[in-house]
Amino acid sequence: MSIPPSLPICGCFCLVFFYRCLSTMVGTYPLLSVQPMRGLVDEKIQVVVRNLPPALSVTLHSLHRSEDNDFWEAFGHYTSNDQGMVTVAKDASLGGTYEGAEPMGLLWSMQPVPGSRTGLSGHMTEGFSKQSPLATVVTERWYMAPGVCRIHIREHGVRGTLFLPPGPGPFPGVLDMWGGGGGLVEYRSCLLASHGFVSMALEYLSHDKNRTSDIESTTYFEKAFRIVQEHPLVMKDRVALFGLSLGASVALNLAAYSKDISPKCCVCISGSHVHRVNQAFSKVFRKMNKDGYKTRFDEEGRVVWRDFILPIPTDLGEKVDMGRIKCPLMLVVGEDDQNLATVESAKDMTQMMRAAGNEHLLTILQYPDAGHLIEMPYTPHFRASSFIVQQTGQKVMVLWGGYTKPHADAQEDFWEKSLSFLRQHLYPSPDSVPKAKL
Amino acid sequence: TLSFVRAIITVVMTEKAASPMLLLHPSRGLIDEKFSLIVQNLSQIQDITLHALIHSDDGDYWEAFGHYVSDATGFVNVANDSSLGGTYDGVEPMGLLWSMRPVPGSRIGLRLRKKEVHTPMVVHISVYRGHMSQGFREQVALASVVTERWYMAPGVRRVDITEGGITGTLFLPPGPGPFPALLDLWGGGGGLVEYRSALLSSHGFVSLALEYMTPRTSGGSTSHVGNEYFEAAFTVLKQHPQVCGDSIAILGLSFGTSVALGMAVYSTVIQPRCLVCVSGSHVQPVKGSLSDVFGEINKNVRNTRYDEENRVIWRDLLLPIPTDPTKKVDVGQLKCPVLMIVGEDDQNWPATESAEDMKQMMEKAGNSHLLTTLSYPGAGHLIEPPYSPHIRASNFMVAETKQKLVVLWGGETAPHGHAQEDSWKKILSFLEEHLYRSTDVTSQSNL
Repeated sequence: MSIPPSLPICGCFCLVFFYRCLSTMVGTYPLLSVQPMRGLVDEKIQVVVRNLPPALSVTLHSLHRSEDNDFWEAFGHYTSNDQGMVTVAKDASLGGTYEGAEPMGLLWSMQPVPGSRTGLSGHMTEGFSKQSPLATVVTERWYMAPGVCRIHIREHGVRGTLFLPPGPGPFPGVLDMWGGGGGLVEYRSCLLASHGFVSMALEYLSHDKNRTSDIESTTYFEKAFRIVQEHPLVMKDRVALFGLSLGASVALNLAAYSKDISPKCCVCISGSHVHRVNQAFSKVFRKMNKDGYKTRFDEEGRVVWRDFILPIPTDLGEKVDMGRIKCPLMLVVGEDDQNLATVESAKDMTQMMRAAGNEHLLTILQYPDAGHLIEMPYTPHFRASSFIVQQTGQKVMVLWGGYTKPHADAQEDFWEKSLSFLRQHLYPSPDSVPKAKL
Repeated sequence: TLSFVRAIITVVMTEKAASPMLLLHPSRGLIDEKFSLIVQNLSQIQDITLHALIHSDDGDYWEAFGHYVSDATGFVNVANDSSLGGTYDGVEPMGLLWSMRPVPGSRIGLRLRKKEVHTPMVVHISVYRGHMSQGFREQVALASVVTERWYMAPGVRRVDITEGGITGTLFLPPGPGPFPALLDLWGGGGGLVEYRSALLSSHGFVSLALEYMTPRTSGGSTSHVGNEYFEAAFTVLKQHPQVCGDSIAILGLSFGTSVALGMAVYSTVIQPRCLVCVSGSHVQPVKGSLSDVFGEINKNVRNTRYDEENRVIWRDLLLPIPTDPTKKVDVGQLKCPVLMIVGEDDQNWPATESAEDMKQMMEKAGNSHLLTTLSYPGAGHLIEPPYSPHIRASNFMVAETKQKLVVLWGGETAPHGHAQEDSWKKILSFLEEHLYRSTDVTSQSNL
């Protein structure tokens, strides 16, 4: 299995929808429509086929060619109704890469294309590239809404990319951090800007090993936060932290310990308070190496790292003091996370906050059978993938966890709720702003 | 004292008004798609102006605006709320597009037409405080969004056509086909106008935009193209590997209607499945060519009138509708369905009178069941795909003589906007019915 697809950064990707059937159909032309033809990555699509004979077996197929030149596909088997129609939002797929009535199945169930053989029935399962479709449409899925501006940031040693929504502002801001895979991952920030937030994707673990020294203390992250906060288009008191995996741990550390910055709220996906990032990153990585013996392997030899932080320490010095958090916090957790013990962490964080009296700030979204990489809605799920270990440069096959359908549901649900959460805390209505008390 | 002062400053700074938000969906759409537009996070009962701005390919600025008042929850929803004034009023979900006009200070006689169809029309939509009618450039908006309006759907392909002696541009939908096809004919303005074909292709048709008005020079003499030119174009479509040869229609506007009707009745090569005729007439010498149509028109040039702004009115050049059958296409011989679209305020062609005469001829001949006429009060000559701005008159260059005039097309903005929206929907429906769905005896015999 290859490295996960690098989903396009600021542009779009095309999906080609095919519609195939073996029998020779004459006299009518199937009409395949996908709305919208150009949409944001988190928008739903309506796929409808019309003008078919009734009770015809058809396969709907989607194909995407990634920036890395890998092909991904999904397909569903349908039977047209009495009016000769197939409506993906309502009709059940009888098989394929997804089943049941799944409006977005042709996207989230995508998998890398295997070697193909010719299919022999109206309901095809492989060999799509060798068959001629009956109808095709192309749809574009964009991370970047029209008018969003992308700005390269290299300031005070901070490396990132800033995305600005169109308009005079001011806007709320987000500092957006990914996980231990490192590099600069832009697409979530781009999509946040498409939803009206100034968002900076922060690079803090570059693939160049020489660059870990600048994140030894949290100063690097505080500087990054201030870059967002001080931008002329940003509302200074409305800047949030958004992090996944190690990025979520960074967010928790900053929210609890930073004297310099105060996030308005935090969204932490698949993270844990057991990484004391504020005590120096190198210490965090050294501890991970020490815990290397806790690595397990699944039946396919894939690496399971979830036990590293178990058992959750009772010693306060080994975890973030959650009682110090003063802003609303949303935790997003997949119950089948095989990479980090996020369920146990979330439970412990709740107990700590309950004891400290700030539990009212906490919202937890917990998803059964979802894995570690809870990403943008409708993007494919992969249970494992290639991963380069930061310290050693070693390439391993890491098990992230999750099962396709529940993971897809989790991605769709969490994104809607996070946007709602961000809007609630960062974009209040004028009438809810408290009057000054002098 | 210092700490007290600092406290006041802090409190004042955090009481910042939240920004109003503009929500427009879809942010990228086809040119004929509706969008929804909502403003939220305003104060209650607040006067605002919604403003749309386009910077055209020609470098001109076009704008439209509507005056609204937010409700008790600080919302304005363009789909439901009434514009109280501006370039449009009333409940008009798409008024910000179809009521656009050149900004004050622009050159006169402009027409907004997209030449480069690979790129979208980019529209900036902003919300301003208060009810404004000018000076938008000098004010800072409360919020802005950008929307792209496309003629070409993803996957549509554009091909230059120079074979068979014709000049045109072919647009193909994505996929293997075969597809039904359209021969797309514009009018006397000439040139190669691609955007309607691009849009038709986005709706599943192969469409050939044909350049035919430019006189051709051959053997030392210059003349209009003959009928064989259109037959060659039709043949190019028929023989295209991705076109279903017996599902070809002709869509013509203005002069394009003359060609469509004449060819459909008299040509043995051109056998369209159906016709869409916009703002045109059947008045032309029987079995004549384009030159003959011009000839007839030129004979009556003394009937040219001018309005109070000295703009040219050409509608009378083909009036009165002749009773002599040799002077008009014998529409009683039409064998395919025809959709006639006329604007009742057409100041350029006598479309209404022609449609009425055609109906009578077809009733007499017994084939009037093939005719559907859509007649729009208050609409002018240039009935185009929806949401493009209406212009009552514009600069025009006569292709033959290169003479520059300002021609009166007619129509009033709101009824013309509605006519474009309604007629386009019906055109697509008509084409889908006759090209995608109908299986007549001819096609069944090919199975």
